[in-house]
Amino acid sequence: MKRPNPVKTFLIELGDLFYFIGRFFRELMSRPFEFKELLRQAYIMGNRSIVLVGVTGFILGLVFTLQSRPTLAEFGAQSWMPSMVSISIIREIGPVIIALVAAGKISSGIGAEIGSMRVTEQIDAMEVSGTNPFKYLVVTRIMATTLMVPLLIIFGDAVALIGSALVEYIKGNVSFQLYFNQAFIALSFSDIIPATIKSFFFGFAIGLVGSFKGYNCKNGTVGVGEASNSAVVFTSLLLFLIDFIAVFLTDIFT
Amino acid sequence: MEAQKEIVIEIKDLYKSFGQNRVLNGFNMTIYKGDSIVLLGKSGSGKSVMIKCLVGLMQPDSGSIKIMGDDPTKLSQKELNLLRSKIGFLFQGSALYDSMTVRENLEFPLRIHPELLAQKETRVKQALESVGLLDAIDLMPSELSGGMKRRIALARAIMLRPKIIIYDEPTTGLDPITSKEITLLIQRIQKEYDATSLIISHDIDFAKAIASRIIMLIDGINYASGTALELEKSTDPKIKAFFKQT
Repeated sequence: MKRPNPVKTFLIELGDLFYFIGRFFRELMSRPFEFKELLRQAYIMGNRSIVLVGVTGFILGLVFTLQSRPTLAEFGAQSWMPSMVSISIIREIGPVIIALVAAGKISSGIGAEIGSMRVTEQIDAMEVSGTNPFKYLVVTRIMATTLMVPLLIIFGDAVALIGSALVEYIKGNVSFQLYFNQAFIALSFSDIIPATIKSFFFGFAIGLVGSFKGYNCKNGTVGVGEASNSAVVFTSLLLFLIDFIAVFLTDIFT
Repeated sequence: MEAQKEIVIEIKDLYKSFGQNRVLNGFNMTIYKGDSIVLLGKSGSGKSVMIKCLVGLMQPDSGSIKIMGDDPTKLSQKELNLLRSKIGFLFQGSALYDSMTVRENLEFPLRIHPELLAQKETRVKQALESVGLLDAIDLMPSELSGGMKRRIALARAIMLRPKIIIYDEPTTGLDPITSKEITLLIQRIQKEYDATSLIISHDIDFAKAIASRIIMLIDGINYASGTALELEKSTDPKIKAFFKQT
């Protein structure tokens, strides 16, 4: 059997993805709006990911502070710890790590759910019922991730700072009040705003790739597994690409 | 006699290919009001493709389709949705929405009919009573057996009291007893709702029990048509192959 040309396959998939994005914006602007389903999806995504994001954030802050402490202590610069941790976490580590965790949890979930709906004809059943499945399933999920992932990132960042403050309290005898005072003094709007804008794009990418892979799922149950798996891989790569572009643009404009 | 009856579905010269594989090769079919037509064919013969073209889930390469006078390939989305609400569709694997309860599954087709929302509760209960599963109203699809899923899917198909009901392999994958129950249920629903039925199947026993007329889809065309008795007498090996199984 002739093997498909990988370059051709990649270009076709890229074309399909851009068509999918175009359709998303078209459907987003047209009536009816599926507010109820959007709220349901936002609730599900936030509710089901909050513990995972919280634990990840807490360990992230804890480990980051524990690892950095000896190096800063060598130069007698422990007092810089809150500023260094807060800037690193808010600007870069928090959004990227939390988005990667969300990609594993949410994007794969969307890919598997929509993919299994595709192979079991539930999407066809929806269409026959007169409901636009793209609007009902895809638009609501992409909008939900675009809105919820930034909130999860803010929550994860906050928990990471608590983890870091705990280490400083135990190891360095630094009070929580002093820690957070130092941490927030070091932060400026140019740290927070680009990171927040970036996190909306992360959310969009997570919903987009999961929905795209699920909606175009083929080959039965094997295809569902592939959709879920490739959603995580492709989303993770896309997150790094978005991060690179965001950092590059921030560097130009600040 | 047929000339005086109202034509509900009319398909002329329908062609559909997937790459080099030509599935429908000039398929023709006329269904009259009140008919119970079984479209018989081997697995992969294009039966499901044909009905997906019929309800606008697939676009045919060429040919014309008329459902109650409307061509689904030429309608706007709104008009197509209106036409679809006159058609009940029972999918092969039931296609119940996994994340919704039975009640929500049944309410789903009413979403685009705000005028019917007031009757939501009555309609759901009535449809469930018709299939004998009123007790399952708050269950999730994962809690239902294969036969129950098929019945609930049938209840969902009749929620809008359609004029046409299309069944895609309604007895496939079910045990003989449940198959018989589904067969009886389809007959009862057809009488109760005065609907025209188009049933896709490769099960000859089922076809014999339910069909007023059988259309055989072989090599992408309507190869033969007639009552089960007429087709059984045929000497054509392609037709005989179906009846040999019994």
